[in-house]
Amino acid sequence: MIKKYFFHSIFLNLFFLKEVFAAESGGMPQLNPEFWVSQIFWLTLTFGILYIVLSKAILPKISSNLELRKSQIQENIEAAEKQRIESDTKLKEYDDLILKSKVKAKNIYKDAREKVIKDINLKKEVLDHQIDEEIKKAEKEIEVLKKNAPEKINKIAIETSSELIKKLIGAEINSSSISAIVDDLSKRNGDKYYGN
Amino acid sequence: MAANPMTQFEVYRIGPEVKIGSFDISFTNASLFMVISSLAILIIFNLGSKKNSVLPNKIQLLAELSYIFVSKMISETAGSKAKPYFAFIFSLFMFVLFCNMFGMIPYTFTVTSHIIVTFVLAAFIFIGVTIVGFIKHGFGYLKLFVPSGVPNVLLPLIVVIEIISYLSRPISLSVRLFANMMAGHTMMKVFGGFVVSLGIIGGWLPLSFSVALTGLEILVAFLQAYVFAILTCIYLNDALNLHH
Repeated sequence: MIKKYFFHSIFLNLFFLKEVFAAESGGMPQLNPEFWVSQIFWLTLTFGILYIVLSKAILPKISSNLELRKSQIQENIEAAEKQRIESDTKLKEYDDLILKSKVKAKNIYKDAREKVIKDINLKKEVLDHQIDEEIKKAEKEIEVLKKNAPEKINKIAIETSSELIKKLIGAEINSSSISAIVDDLSKRNGDKYYGN
Repeated sequence: MAANPMTQFEVYRIGPEVKIGSFDISFTNASLFMVISSLAILIIFNLGSKKNSVLPNKIQLLAELSYIFVSKMISETAGSKAKPYFAFIFSLFMFVLFCNMFGMIPYTFTVTSHIIVTFVLAAFIFIGVTIVGFIKHGFGYLKLFVPSGVPNVLLPLIVVIEIISYLSRPISLSVRLFANMMAGHTMMKVFGGFVVSLGIIGGWLPLSFSVALTGLEILVAFLQAYVFAILTCIYLNDALNLHH
């Protein structure tokens, strides 16, 4: 019995719900069906227009904008990649060039060094030769001078001694006798004077 | 007037009474906010799609981000087969979102706080999804109610439960949105009323609650629009890719 009343009351409540809320000023305005048709009509109208304009005009545009941007960015990335590869090869070429030129410069330096050393050696030899010749010449001259020196000295000795005697005793003495004496002296002391 | 928190949901006629046959289709404040929301969406997305610069400006970025957001949501829940329904779900999401958000401005009317509006949307989705399912799979769509791997003894019960859950989709979908919107706005109105009645000394606490609730309600406004759209996607997924 209690159960039956319970369900009965709930059913009645549901049945009279609209009327209860409509009658009460403080009820839920949502359950007042006065403007339901109006709301359905305007919802269909506005949402329909919104859907048609969005789907026909605006969304395809946004989609194509996005696609365009994507492809543009992709192209740019590809171009950048290409340029990067290009610059890499160029850099390699440049490195190769520098390496080659370094080797070349080293070779040139080596060659020049060898050449200069050769030149120096050649010139040194020539100079050594010349110096040797000069030394030989000088030695020959010295030899000649050495050979001639005793005679000259003897001559000077004879002249000076005859002068000395003239001044000392005022007499002219035969130069031949003087020369005999000088020769005799020089022969005895020759070794002492010239060290030969 | 301010005493009753339900007065904000009242619909009233703006302008003259218009009747087609016995139906009253007068322009009301609800109609006004439907028009405002639709116009706002159209204006924003039209501006956002007008120019295509590689570096988008703010409005273009907004339009494109929402486009990507919705398209991602659809492809994640309903797969690539749902692409033809993108425009519908996009407009649905935007319409509900803008109606919810316009309702957050004081002294405005929240279109989605009316059960009839949300129910019409949900019913349309339900009928549309059912039609799509029958077109795609013929009577094989009825396999949706027969889950695989269920013992034969339980099968009649399961089928009945599945059918009830399928039929209750439009109700749950519409009531979820409507109840969330109505409850939030009512609560804000109640707290607002407390601010007035408690005066300058005691009113600060409900005022701070009101401020916090506004933030929460903006979150709920977005979340409910998102839930509405994503549930549509899930229903669509059931119709397009029959899993059972």
